[in-house]
Amino acid sequence: MPSRRFASRATRDLHLEQLVSPLPELGLVAANGPVDPEPELVTEDGVVTRMDGRDAPDFDVIDRFVVAHGLDLDVAYEAMATDELTIARMLVDVDVPRAELVRLSRGLTPAKLARVIGLLDPVELMLALKKLRARRAPGNQAHVTNLKESPALLAADAAEAARRGFAEIETTVGVARYAPLNSIALLVGSQTGRSGVMTQCAVEERRNLELAIRGLVTYAETLSVYGTEPVFVDGDDTPWSKAFLGAAYASRGVKVRFTSGTGSEALMGYAQGMSMLYLEARCLAVVRAAGSQGVQNGSISCVALVLSVPGGTRAILGENVLAAWLDLEVASGNDAIASHSEIRKTAKLMGQFLPGTDFVTSGYSVMPRHDNTFGGGNFDADDLDEWLTIQRDWQVDAGIEPVTEDELMRVRERAARAVQAVFADLSLPAISDEEVALATTGYDADEMPDRDRAADVGAADELLARGASGLDVALALDRHGFADVAEAVLGMQRQRLSGDYLQTAAVIGADGVVRSAVNDPNEYSGPGTGYRLEGERWELLQALPQVVGPADLLGEAEGDEAIASEGGIAAKGDEPAEVVIAVGPAFAGSIRRTIAGLDHRAVLDAVCEGIREGGGVPRLVRVRRVADVAFIAHDGAVLSGSGVAIGLQSKGTAVIHRTDLQPLDNLELFGMSPLYTVESYRAMGRNAAGYALGKRVGPVPTQLDNFARAKLIVRTTLLHARETQAIVPGGAPIELELVVAPVA
Amino acid sequence: MAFDPTRDYPLGARRPDLVRTPAGVPLADVTLEAIRQGTLGADEIRATPETLRMQAEVARGAGRTQLGENLERAAELATVPDDLLLEIYTALRPGRAAAEELEEWAVRLDGFGASKTAAFVREAALAYAERGLLAHA
Repeated sequence: MPSRRFASRATRDLHLEQLVSPLPELGLVAANGPVDPEPELVTEDGVVTRMDGRDAPDFDVIDRFVVAHGLDLDVAYEAMATDELTIARMLVDVDVPRAELVRLSRGLTPAKLARVIGLLDPVELMLALKKLRARRAPGNQAHVTNLKESPALLAADAAEAARRGFAEIETTVGVARYAPLNSIALLVGSQTGRSGVMTQCAVEERRNLELAIRGLVTYAETLSVYGTEPVFVDGDDTPWSKAFLGAAYASRGVKVRFTSGTGSEALMGYAQGMSMLYLEARCLAVVRAAGSQGVQNGSISCVALVLSVPGGTRAILGENVLAAWLDLEVASGNDAIASHSEIRKTAKLMGQFLPGTDFVTSGYSVMPRHDNTFGGGNFDADDLDEWLTIQRDWQVDAGIEPVTEDELMRVRERAARAVQAVFADLSLPAISDEEVALATTGYDADEMPDRDRAADVGAADELLARGASGLDVALALDRHGFADVAEAVLGMQRQRLSGDYLQTAAVIGADGVVRSAVNDPNEYSGPGTGYRLEGERWELLQALPQVVGPADLLGEAEGDEAIASEGGIAAKGDEPAEVVIAVGPAFAGSIRRTIAGLDHRAVLDAVCEGIREGGGVPRLVRVRRVADVAFIAHDGAVLSGSGVAIGLQSKGTAVIHRTDLQPLDNLELFGMSPLYTVESYRAMGRNAAGYALGKRVGPVPTQLDNFARAKLIVRTTLLHARETQAIVPGGAPIELELVVAPVA
Repeated sequence: MAFDPTRDYPLGARRPDLVRTPAGVPLADVTLEAIRQGTLGADEIRATPETLRMQAEVARGAGRTQLGENLERAAELATVPDDLLLEIYTALRPGRAAAEELEEWAVRLDGFGASKTAAFVREAALAYAERGLLAHA
């Protein structure tokens, strides 16, 4: 007979994924592979003759490129002679400056870099990442795409992304010829949401360069590198061609980051038996040697493969740390879908989310993942409130800001209007008012009207042919009443003149000033230093739209019609069938309903009826000295002729007590007040009477809702606070009498 | 005032006087009004070799040797026409060009004053020859 629990777990989304044991021959090993080379560097007369298990004549293109451009031999002798564990400990030592570690990294071979990272556990990796990140303030990047390539929706989503604080926005195309239109929608939308946000359109290099030259995009991260020669060559590049392309982009004023990531070599069939982390160390050595300011890494599109092997999540965090150690800007993945399991993918995210990286994701899907044409959407529009809440929980800035619905509707609508005006001005196929409206409020592209795609791509070709540029976009905006957006678009053109964002880890503030590792460097050196989420930024990130003031949650005490009138000090009763109903200090006073919303009068009536049905005689008293339900009930029991009482807290929690029991003991406890109905209280009364008369009593069946606490604990706290505020210290219990109910 | 790579970054905010378009228009004069008047075209919106060299110095000043070299190459390539750039890129892809063709590109780059990039192409040609990545002529 199979286990029903195993069967239940097998239905979880996690089990849609394949886990495999390591198979180093195919590169299916996360780190410290059995045949990863021993770190070594041999030189003769200042020339490298052997590195990481290979003699110079056997160097492949990667070795050759790294030796030619990526190794500082002046540092290498010292760095390679330093014990791996010593370097690993320096990485997490807050008293060893980042600059010193970056200096040492310049003399380390890829094998040694990978070995050192392999010595760090996850928490050490997080500390190292916090310390080694290039820019002081963390940031984030958004994905904005949709299945219909709707320009109004692209603009609205770009505006939302910008307004939410993303520093970069990336789009792509389903059909390549759409590139100029999507780039314009992204440019206009982003600058409507916040001036200074950088944009890119991931397309083939020639198109990409053309878009950049025309000022329609400002950055590119399509330059992939790989850790083995056969994969590099299958990717139709070499380190030299990629480095040349990087310089070509920079020459046109385009910010460039390369892309690499664990798992790609195994996926492409030539891992050469090496571990994923070692091959990534080779990639990153190439990236720095090529003079790239940064890298997008963290497995990226291969993430699910890396997560299939043991230690995969740790290796991915390790490669982010390694990139930061090499003084590169890091856009740290978390874009492609890592797992079906929400728990697993969130656990993976924490490695980058908590320490902070230059871009915590390489593309947060601002729209529903259904519309994400990157195959991304690991975290998407529907996950935003969770992301914001987790930032608030940890007091961590992961680069996304809460914004009210009204404000977002305003920004989205304006962006859609702006791109509508630009399309009209540039004689592109019209964007209808209906598209603007739906782009503002809609869920995804399924709700958008179909456009004439042939007309769109035809117009896009024609637009390029007549040489339209970012300047034309700015002029169009200016002509149609979007002067501020026009200025922002022009601002992005001016940035291409100064080239300040070509420096490491650059982003542009709303003030148009570039902040990078040059003028805003990360100088974390332990508590009290570096970027800390506090002050205005912390106020902003905790003010989620759904947050309410605790004082507003309960509202004012409702109704002033008396439920019960108070009499004198209560004495002990002498009626043997008497059951005291002892209520808390605020009951039917400053609190008038239970947490389940039951009117206190109805509760008291039900309990009294139940007692009478059970053959008992109810008597009402108020306990004033204490708010704890056990003491309320026990105080009542002491006064009861039968020695039995029901204690009722104002929020509805109840206890049946007897005078001879210890106060914290009881006959029955009813702690699930959110679940109770009037009928529940009647049953409690009946049972209390049964105890009073010495009958055999079966406990009232109890229900359980383990989520009640998570839902209601704030209300519980507030209600209980109101109850304790009503306490009369040392006050004796007093008689209560129900006022005559108004005739219905 | 002379350029100081350790103090003048970001140029756009701190030394706009040093930033000019290829035709010499100062950054401050790159305005919507100028574009409306038609005195400033899209071809003018690009970083000059001088600006890119200043950025290379900023990178070096911050200890980033390779980024500095990359920006030096970028400065050299700033005046190389777009089509040529893409042709050189294509030639550098694996198996595309014979050694002589890469040498021709290096010579052309020298002609643009792009001596560092030319040396980079020649270095690639040597590595490609060793690794069988030249075109089989």
